[in-house]
Amino acid sequence: MADKVLMKGNEAIAEAAIQAGCRFYFGYPITPQTEIAAYMAKRMPKIGGTFLQAESELAAINMLYGASAAGKRAMTSSSSPGISLKTEGISYIAGCDLPALIVNVQRGGPGLGGIQPSQSDYFQATRGGGHGDYHLIVLAPSSVQEMADLTIKGFDLADQYRMPVMIFADGTMGQMMEPVSLDAGGVQQYDKPWAVTGTGMKRPHNIVNSLVLDPAELEQQNFDRFARYEKIAEQEPMWESYRMEDADYCVVAYGIASRVSKNAINEARKQGVKVGMIRPITLWPFPKAALSAAAEQVRHFLCVEMSMGQMIEDVELSIRCNKPVSLCKRVGGMIPSPADVLSAIASITKGGN
Amino acid sequence: MTTNLLFAGFGGQGILFSGKFLAYKGLIEDRQVSWLPSYGPEMRGGTATCSVILSDEPVGSPIVGEPDVLIAMNLPSLDKFEDTVVPGGKIFVDSTLIGRQVKRDDVTAYYIPATKIADDNGMSTLANMILMGKVLKECPELGGSHTEDALRKVVSARHQDLLAVNQKALELGANV
Repeated sequence: MADKVLMKGNEAIAEAAIQAGCRFYFGYPITPQTEIAAYMAKRMPKIGGTFLQAESELAAINMLYGASAAGKRAMTSSSSPGISLKTEGISYIAGCDLPALIVNVQRGGPGLGGIQPSQSDYFQATRGGGHGDYHLIVLAPSSVQEMADLTIKGFDLADQYRMPVMIFADGTMGQMMEPVSLDAGGVQQYDKPWAVTGTGMKRPHNIVNSLVLDPAELEQQNFDRFARYEKIAEQEPMWESYRMEDADYCVVAYGIASRVSKNAINEARKQGVKVGMIRPITLWPFPKAALSAAAEQVRHFLCVEMSMGQMIEDVELSIRCNKPVSLCKRVGGMIPSPADVLSAIASITKGGN
Repeated sequence: MTTNLLFAGFGGQGILFSGKFLAYKGLIEDRQVSWLPSYGPEMRGGTATCSVILSDEPVGSPIVGEPDVLIAMNLPSLDKFEDTVVPGGKIFVDSTLIGRQVKRDDVTAYYIPATKIADDNGMSTLANMILMGKVLKECPELGGSHTEDALRKVVSARHQDLLAVNQKALELGANV
């Protein structure tokens, strides 16, 4: 293991990406993720990589599209309003079955919203975001170490399944510093026979394109893509179970909301309330099996999220509405306090909402 | 053992720097640490804050809402955060910049004319580290060692010549 250093979450993402072999970063500044671009601007020229500040988010995502089509590990990062601008390009990347890493360090919305942390882009991230039938693999770190680890894993998943992966963080995760150990080990190599790298007059042209005018062919492409998604949904869900062994109540939270919830759970445990947490690490694929197993055990679920209630729908779907699910929320850049979560836990133990 | 600290003052007073120093000291001592700044417009003139947690357990929320230790470097910060300090907690006040006393009687208040001491000693940008010296002295749970190692980590490579003056600031604070 490398020595631990203190890093901001945003910087950890950038350094991890470099260690994962990413040599192309395209971005456009926006708070609270600008440290990613700043780090890349400093480091990329020194290691023969490319840092490019695009003229707009649209340009940045299409540069990523191009670099990825050429078989290179590449990424872009932004925050909520910037990701909305990028969704057209993300849909094209998904339609071309290209790997790519996209980071969303969320802030409050809708519109330009604010710059304080939020989790209100959940629907956009987990449902694809742009037009057409597609998914992103959505990874939700809850520590600076996970910001790094999931970035490396994200590049691998993207290459393995040929699809865009999103690191789904928020302003707090981006700005906080924690000890992090960065040692990606060897970079995993993936064959990319589809990459547009020049034929050298030795093979037919590779074509990367999302325009398919024959409906039967386009249908088949969608079927094939979703067969792959099915495999991912089986093999790739990740979650953390926290104090669930004997739990009567289950908190479901990710990212910064899960950190706050841990404080509340520990406090509730001291008061004798048997409460635990399932923390989804992949938001797509959602860890449905873990939730539905928990539904056999607990009396009541409590979703803690910084949105008006978006992930709660996935929780209800996962458990087929077998148990009541309540919501503890703050929005607009506000973060729930441990006391907010504790009082929501107290309320469900009394049979309330 | 967990200590929740909140540093608060104007942007530019070195709130983030002294917080980072303490976080690095914890890291060197193999403790669990987190450091979280406020960011955005409030950094430019309002109350900039920095939450630091040192713990022997994994850190849950990195947000310090109820500090054990408050370091206040301007009046708006004391006004805003005095009531959030836990009973029995400690409040460190830069008494050059804050004219009033702490109103609560269930916390221990320390008044350090840090900005004046810094000016008198030709280190006008180091009131933050003078306060930090006092904090380390009055909060034995934070540990008094490894200050030099931690300074070496937070003072940028280009400015290692500033190590000695930072060390001196810590000492001045400890001896107030």
